[in-house]
Amino acid sequence: MSKPIIATTSLAGCFGCHMSILDIDDRILELFELVEFNKSPIDDIKKFTKKCDIGLIEGGCCNSENVHVLKDFREHCKILISLGECAIMGGLPAMRNGIPIRECLEEAYLNSPTVVANDERIIPNDPELPMILDKVFPCHEVVKIDYFLPGCPPRADLIWEALVALISGDEMNLPYEIVKFD
Amino acid sequence: MKAAVKKTIEKYGSDKYRLMDVLIEIQQENGYISKEAIAQIAEEYGMSEVDVEQTVSFYHFLSQKPTGKYSIYLNNSAVANMMGRADVAATFQKELGIKFGDVTPDGRAGLFETSCIGMNDQEPAAIINNHIFTRLTPFRVKEICRDIKEGKEVSEMFVQDWGDGENRSDLVHSVVSNNIRKIGPVLERTFKVGQAIEKITKMKPEEVIDEVKKSNMRGRGGAGFPTGLKWEFCRNAAGEKKYIFCNADEGEPGTFKDRVILTERPRLLFEGMVIAGYAVGATEGIVYVRYEYKYLEKHLEDILQKAREVNYLGKNILGKEGFDFDIRIQFGAGAYVCGEESALIESAEGKRGEPRDRPPFPVEKGYHDMPTVVNNVETLCSVVKVILNGGDWYKSLGTHESTGTKLLSISGDCKFPGVYEVVWGFSVNDILDMVGANKEDVMAVQVGGPSGAIITTNEFNRILGYEDLATGGSLIIIGKQRDILNDIVLNFMDFFISESCGSCSTCRIVPTLMRNKLNKILNARGVRQDLDDLHEWGKILKASRCGLGQTAGNPILSSLKNFPDLYEEKIQKNKTFDSGFDLNIAVKESAKATGRIPNV
Repeated sequence: MSKPIIATTSLAGCFGCHMSILDIDDRILELFELVEFNKSPIDDIKKFTKKCDIGLIEGGCCNSENVHVLKDFREHCKILISLGECAIMGGLPAMRNGIPIRECLEEAYLNSPTVVANDERIIPNDPELPMILDKVFPCHEVVKIDYFLPGCPPRADLIWEALVALISGDEMNLPYEIVKFD
Repeated sequence: MKAAVKKTIEKYGSDKYRLMDVLIEIQQENGYISKEAIAQIAEEYGMSEVDVEQTVSFYHFLSQKPTGKYSIYLNNSAVANMMGRADVAATFQKELGIKFGDVTPDGRAGLFETSCIGMNDQEPAAIINNHIFTRLTPFRVKEICRDIKEGKEVSEMFVQDWGDGENRSDLVHSVVSNNIRKIGPVLERTFKVGQAIEKITKMKPEEVIDEVKKSNMRGRGGAGFPTGLKWEFCRNAAGEKKYIFCNADEGEPGTFKDRVILTERPRLLFEGMVIAGYAVGATEGIVYVRYEYKYLEKHLEDILQKAREVNYLGKNILGKEGFDFDIRIQFGAGAYVCGEESALIESAEGKRGEPRDRPPFPVEKGYHDMPTVVNNVETLCSVVKVILNGGDWYKSLGTHESTGTKLLSISGDCKFPGVYEVVWGFSVNDILDMVGANKEDVMAVQVGGPSGAIITTNEFNRILGYEDLATGGSLIIIGKQRDILNDIVLNFMDFFISESCGSCSTCRIVPTLMRNKLNKILNARGVRQDLDDLHEWGKILKASRCGLGQTAGNPILSSLKNFPDLYEEKIQKNKTFDSGFDLNIAVKESAKATGRIPNV
């Protein structure tokens, strides 16, 4: 039987969850024995080259590109996992959700004290740029998500246990220590 | 300004527990409560500014921004919508040139939405500077806006005759109609003030409680706790001072019976409070009246004053040594949750109206942590009749579990909306006959307001009473021409969302999630899973602290149970999953802000 294929991506996240994937330390060698990676920052494959078994999504959706990438993942992956707080609930980026988008953009590009070189007072509007969404969306409000791995970031052990359980088909080992957050 | 605030604070005894009164007065004087005023109040009371601010920000009718010389609050209840509110609202916006939530640039008029103002039998209705305007039409709105532009006094804007009964009196002068359609023992006209007080002076307090217990009377607010038992608990509770509260904060959309009692039978109500005071050994009574009924203030104060003059209130009432009792009126400032008894007490103490953890119950630790009885307006009125005619007489009315009579507030699609006093034990069918509703045209009846249940025609034979269909008295009749999910359920969900005090995360979050799901279903994006989710999520609300939170999912849960077809016909049969996400809608505002054409 061929090895299961994994893809990962970071949408509106900070790459902290990917750092946590790397935090499985030397088990990463074992992981590469167990699975094959496709589209992912870990191996720097930019585009899907085949159908995958598992997709790990870090971050929620804050712009149109995030939405397209997420939908692409849904199309290519049998199982999608929301990895970490931002993917599950929007996280830190979603703090802007209580503020009208116009105010956010004006604060960022026109009014903030750190704005120094925008004499024409332009809010970036090049057609090449992804469209900002009015609010940051958690992934499951955009596509169907099969599993959720909580944490900010989720602990390396939790990610490891989840992947091993998915690949082996065994029940997941979830001791209190790997899902407690205080 | 500074001197005025100081004077107001002193008027209420420099007592920080009277913060509500101070804030209401400043709001009325200035149209808002400024940062400076908040700072000054905080200093005078030795409180922090945020403590004052959190009270200000809690109530609909207190504002930290100017609300205009004319502050217009247009009711947005479901029945108002049924009676043509949409056109009225559009006309207000067009004539004033502003949207809801805004004030005209010259500061003349502010336009705001508000939850049910207790005028469901005469909608669409609005409050402008504490004056009630009923049965509004687009034409009438144009006249009002013209008067506003001309700077007329609000009291001079009325073109129709004053309403019936006490609404005509000099101290009220309102166009509100009582619409009393059926009179029973509580509303009957022959009541002689003071008789019951005279009678209890010859009874022991315990005998008064026994009589009430014998009547099997249960609280009329909706929960139905036995009144005599409540009084006994309070009487036996330890505390150097005890209080009687009358809950006149009827905020359940569709209820307006207490408004009619306050207008027509306030003497009966006050007498009931005196009786309660005597029975439990309380010396102070407080009527907590919702802000929407502020137009009755002078009328109520006048009656209290007259009662004091003849010693029905005051010290040694009717010569009985040690029988001291007086009543004051406490206004709320717009918050449905304050109808919950512990939230009501918090509010009367000048705080945010957040329900307390119970136990201890108010009968042990209520107002100022002293034993407190909180009774509904109608309960206190009924008590007087129990004392006059005896508990056995009262018990002979109604059914075994539900003794006596009930005041019903009936509105919606019927010929004769208004207040009906009926003996418990009527079926919904009987009621429909009584109010002139054509049964062929009725699709549903909302029993007990948004927190109650929406029932279908095949349940119209159910009996009103605690043993079957319990109700605080609100019945909204819904005709076949209505779209239940859009017109009623969605409106009720919005109501609960805007009225949550925000204390419990369940009530703060779940109703919004449920409303969003309902919207998704209404937008034809729903799937079967959504219906299952609504069922399951509704259960979580039961973990909330108070009745508001626990029942906040009822509009959806009850319609899902009784009108499943309305949901079934809207969900997609060929899909098992649909997130409902629409990228074009999700970038709408940002495209506008950046001036881009969405290219998604």
